[in-house]
Amino acid sequence: MAKPDKKSKPAVDELLKIQTGIKGLDEITGGGLPQGRPTLVCGGTGCGKTLLAMEFLVRGAVQFDEPGVFISFEEKSDELTKNFISLGFDLNELVSQNKLSIDYVHLEPREIEETGEYDLEGLIIRIGHAIDTLGAKRVALDTIEALFSGLSNEAILRSELRRLFRFLKDKGVTAIVTGEQGERTFTRFGLEEYVADCVIFLNHAVSQQIATRRLRIVKYRGSAHGTNEYPFLIDSQGFSVMPISSIGLDHPASTERIPTGIPRLDTMLGGKGYYRGSSILVTGTAGTGKSSMAAHFVDAACRRGERSLYFAFEESQNQIIRNMHSIGIDLGRWVDQGLLQFQNARPSLYGLEMHLVVMHKAIDQFKPAIVVVDPISNLVAAASEAEVKSMLSRMIDYLKMKQITAFCTDLTSTNGSLERTEVGISSLMDTWLLLQAMEGSGERNRGLYILKSRGMAHSNQIREFILSDKGAQLRDVYVGPGGVLTGSARLAQEASDKFESLNCKQEIERKQREIERKKTAIEAQISALRTQFEDEKDQLERLISKEKQRDETLVLDNQAMSKVRQADELPAKQTRIEKTGKGGRK
Amino acid sequence: MNQKTDAETEPVQDATAAFELALSESGQGHYVLRLYVAGMTPNSQRAIENVQKICEEHMQGRFELEIIDIYQQPIFAKEGNIVAAPTLVKELPPPLRKFIGDLSQTERILAGLDLRKKD
Repeated sequence: MAKPDKKSKPAVDELLKIQTGIKGLDEITGGGLPQGRPTLVCGGTGCGKTLLAMEFLVRGAVQFDEPGVFISFEEKSDELTKNFISLGFDLNELVSQNKLSIDYVHLEPREIEETGEYDLEGLIIRIGHAIDTLGAKRVALDTIEALFSGLSNEAILRSELRRLFRFLKDKGVTAIVTGEQGERTFTRFGLEEYVADCVIFLNHAVSQQIATRRLRIVKYRGSAHGTNEYPFLIDSQGFSVMPISSIGLDHPASTERIPTGIPRLDTMLGGKGYYRGSSILVTGTAGTGKSSMAAHFVDAACRRGERSLYFAFEESQNQIIRNMHSIGIDLGRWVDQGLLQFQNARPSLYGLEMHLVVMHKAIDQFKPAIVVVDPISNLVAAASEAEVKSMLSRMIDYLKMKQITAFCTDLTSTNGSLERTEVGISSLMDTWLLLQAMEGSGERNRGLYILKSRGMAHSNQIREFILSDKGAQLRDVYVGPGGVLTGSARLAQEASDKFESLNCKQEIERKQREIERKKTAIEAQISALRTQFEDEKDQLERLISKEKQRDETLVLDNQAMSKVRQADELPAKQTRIEKTGKGGRK
Repeated sequence: MNQKTDAETEPVQDATAAFELALSESGQGHYVLRLYVAGMTPNSQRAIENVQKICEEHMQGRFELEIIDIYQQPIFAKEGNIVAAPTLVKELPPPLRKFIGDLSQTERILAGLDLRKKD
């Protein structure tokens, strides 16, 4: 009576889960595998079942201090040890620390004779002993189906397997049981019949000659779980599942702006450049300078001391560095300083999901501030358009969540519409720049304009995009009565404009000089007239004074004459009065 | 190559013949048997009875029989690579053979122990 009471308390609340420690798996299972219950991991040959089972034990032993027991039916323990050394797991060390025990259960049909009734108590005792010795919390059985090929009495096997799983549950260990995929069933011998709590299916599918590993949780009794197929990766660090499809639209939005690396483009984008954590798309036909824009952006980021990750699907690292030298950008030094990392891979190297997983991993390790994908359109080679779109949207969601600025280039085919991306992802992008080849007067020039840029005022002007040995530059295009002109036509037009304006200026100067001249002429005339006037005035004045003298002389003469005639005093007085009257002169 | 093989065939046959002779001289070999049982279940009891009967009847005087209860000594289950119970292991003479079950099918056991071959 006391026992059930004790047990029911934790069990009633909810299913307890045990963390696997495997990257991504705990996220999609909502916390790990069901504690104290067996989980079936099934899949075809070479899909990673053994690795998953072993990593579950190793991570348990290393990260959670939970010892594990690995019961191998297929590989000897020294073979297993060798295999896992290449994945960075030193099984021998864990064994010597009593954190792991490996038991190789070998059934050789040649040396076994069935002679009557039996049970699998031997196996159960072995497992039980191993668990008790280590105090193990985790058990892996890989692949228990080997029993079916070693022993012929299926009726006994089935009832004994049921007993084995009950035994494991009673022991309270969390177990992973692997099983080979059957033709129509999850496992060849119907193990899912016994392990009904959690079933994980691993798939290694090849489509268009490209293999992709995927993981799916078929069943998880008593728990919500992600239902999609998740791509996973097996590499030198073991297993990693990418819970990428579960990312929602709740990423943060930064108001910080980062320069584009091309000052004039910053001006066009409200004077400050892109938003941090936004996604930028540059589309254009071949040779319009998309990669050069990417290089500018990377260069600017590295100058600020930010880390950049460059995924190149067309060119090798050395080729990109060499090519960017020609426009005066030295990416090599950033690589040397560890600020820039290239990830070069042909799109057809592996499946799209795998690309995504590899990119995730690279981003997680390098922790860049900006990521360049050059070009996204090439990924179509690895999958269908719909898949590329779904992959990129997950990628961009992931980058936004991490506040990493994504810079994607996209090659548009020359015959399609320019304002349409090859993979139809423009709606995911925050800023869309379009590079356009403009043909005319026997040459091809590049034009750039901003198709959209969410959340900022941006220029609506077409600019000419010029690649020089000092980097990319933006120039105003010539918009005149003759239409939009670029390149040498623009230069010619600008020259003729210059000539015209010079002409105009000269004309003005000429007219001004004429005014000046007229002024001088008139002034000369004025002064001549004045001189003439002065002359005439002189003459007249001279005449006037002469007349006056004659008048005075006449008076004096008259007085003298009257003196001579001895005339009366009176007239003399009168004349004196008269004299004084004119006496102004006295 | 052919010449060499021909030359070597005869000594090999000689060796086999010598081994057979030695075997017959030693009284058809000495048997080392181990019976692994898991507690005193009906299967275990039947297996013990059967193996004792076979030993007494067919290899009297030239056998060693050890009965191991893996409940009490679980380490032997691992060392003997035991899966099923009961299991009778013929350690010697080689080759190693395992008989699983309650050992009720006497004929199969005798054949497996090479005790029926020369009849």
